[in-house]
Amino acid sequence: MDTMPEKKRSRDDMIDETKETGESMDIDFSDGGARRDLMTLLSRASPFGNENGELPIGEFEPLSKIGSNVVASDLAESPLSKAKVLVVGAGGLGCELLKNLALSGISNIHVIDLDNIDITNLNRQFLFRMKDVGKSKAEVAANFINTRCPWMKVTPYHGKIQDKGPSFYASFNCIISGLDNIEARRWLNATVCGLVELDSDGDPDPSTIIPIVDGGTEGFNGQARIIIPRISSCFECSLSAFPPQTSFPLCTIAETPRRPEHCIAYAFILQWPKEFPDKKLDKDSPEDMQWVYECAAERAKKYNIEGVTLMMTMGVVKNIIPAVASTNAIVSAACTNEVVKLLSFCSQTLNSYMMYMGTQSVYSHTFIYEKLEACPVCSSQVQKLTVSKSMTVNGLIQQLCSGDLRLKAPSMTSAGGSTIYMQKPPALEKATRPNLDKPLSALIESGEELTVTDPVLEHVSVTVRVTFE
Amino acid sequence: MLALKKKREAATAAKAAAAGRREEPETIAAKGDVSDPRVVSLFGIGGEKKSKNGEGKTAKKRTPGEIRIQKDIAELDGGDVANISFPNPNDLTTFAVSVSPDTGYWTGATYHFTLTIPPHYPHSPPKVECQTKIYHPNIDLQGKVCLNILRQDWKPVLDINAVIYGLLYLFYEPNPDDPLNKEAAELFRKDASGFGRLVTRTLRGGMLDGVQFERFV
Repeated sequence: MDTMPEKKRSRDDMIDETKETGESMDIDFSDGGARRDLMTLLSRASPFGNENGELPIGEFEPLSKIGSNVVASDLAESPLSKAKVLVVGAGGLGCELLKNLALSGISNIHVIDLDNIDITNLNRQFLFRMKDVGKSKAEVAANFINTRCPWMKVTPYHGKIQDKGPSFYASFNCIISGLDNIEARRWLNATVCGLVELDSDGDPDPSTIIPIVDGGTEGFNGQARIIIPRISSCFECSLSAFPPQTSFPLCTIAETPRRPEHCIAYAFILQWPKEFPDKKLDKDSPEDMQWVYECAAERAKKYNIEGVTLMMTMGVVKNIIPAVASTNAIVSAACTNEVVKLLSFCSQTLNSYMMYMGTQSVYSHTFIYEKLEACPVCSSQVQKLTVSKSMTVNGLIQQLCSGDLRLKAPSMTSAGGSTIYMQKPPALEKATRPNLDKPLSALIESGEELTVTDPVLEHVSVTVRVTFE
Repeated sequence: MLALKKKREAATAAKAAAAGRREEPETIAAKGDVSDPRVVSLFGIGGEKKSKNGEGKTAKKRTPGEIRIQKDIAELDGGDVANISFPNPNDLTTFAVSVSPDTGYWTGATYHFTLTIPPHYPHSPPKVECQTKIYHPNIDLQGKVCLNILRQDWKPVLDINAVIYGLLYLFYEPNPDDPLNKEAAELFRKDASGFGRLVTRTLRGGMLDGVQFERFV
């Protein structure tokens, strides 16, 4: 890493050279012959068409030309070429996904990732090279795929998924997630499920349903699952199944440490805010992490605990789990197959969760993750109400109680973030009581959504979209 | 989902027939706009353009965490012992709980706790800090509270009520086995009445190890 490598002709040099000469050094995949197998898959009728599965999304219509007669222009007509797909994350899973999708003939891909390339990524995120360390993952990945695979058009976005609005996500036919944390998945799930419009019967409008294929890996284990918003279970339905994050009792950290992890926790949870009350710990800063390590080591010495190292400190603070390249390969392969099936309907959709377990021998288990009846994201009711501009908050409450929802004591907040009226606790009720006599139109805009909770609703809330006439 | 699409198709066809026009549903192989894949709707089968779509997509939505917080708060019940107040009624994630125990060592005093609900609630537990100086085995002088359900025993099925009950429990049954204030815990374990006397001293506005306590009785 420190010495300058001898000038060898690297593959990157060769790609640069071909750019100059205009020759492509790789197989020209726009030639139909190279895609024969794929085209055969899409053009042969099958008893396993998507419509015959447990989770039917669409009807398989085999392409009119049989594989061996396919010419280049036919490829452009396949549903795989026409689809617009979003890959969330360009890391361990993302790189594998981009590779698999590219080789499956899905040419219009957008990829988003907020991260930059780190040297520790290079053992498995194979779209990146040493010279790319420090650059944006999404941009380097897109560039690599576009160069290596001339039929591809990958568009990168370097940023947080939360910085994109719902209309961005609505523009895709399918979204594949290779995220590495629960919170981002939760946000993505809520946003995409929130795109679904319900018709007057209360049924979801299928044209607003965008499937999410969600993959995750941790060491030798992983999972691939399908989320069809409002139809299948969503990510929020399974939230309680995640094991709680490891946290140690404060008293153990403060008074009775026994393990090196306790010392590290002491350093970054208790000591850091004492030493630097105004500065938040930057987990990516080597100086900050060195401070935490030294503080933890000191404490470990005091209590005669062995095992505190800088690596362990990083692991505990950043919650690092070692990544295994082949687990990513397995999970992203499963995800890609689902995407191909979802876009072309050539085979039956996964219903709905596959677990892969490789720590003890090799096992996989596929099952239906059942929809939670009271899921706030995919089971929430949306009621549309049109009221006069003069309708008061109290008037709306009366209407909700006497209407078919038969609420008893509704509390409500607006999507814009104001608390309209809360029945409890007493201090909050008093603070929001003045709103009861105010006209709704003074507090919310036409078309804005109110979140209504009520003891009668148990775990579910009701979204009421109010339009003023 | 296929059933829904069929329903749409049937509805569209019925509408078109009623209007006296013949409409061709779009299929996957539809020619035309390759540049706009949404037109070649792989999931919706043709039909009316939803003019309301723009509204639905740009309208703000509450996050599932916020909905859950609203649900929990609308059911908060501290009774007479815990008084819950919101400095900003529009911000349901930050509020104060004042505990005035009616039995036990700290009877007669009022302790102010601030609760902050993190964005990943209920996956992450609420954060609790004690703002009043207290001599207690499980609450240190900086206001940190050692309560199992706030950290390692937190489960998403628990709610804010559970946290408040847990806090109240600390006043009725202090736990000397997992202490934040080691000296207080030792004293409580070895000499309960001596501990009681020390607590009363702090409630009377006394000073202990250089720390000044507020006078309540």
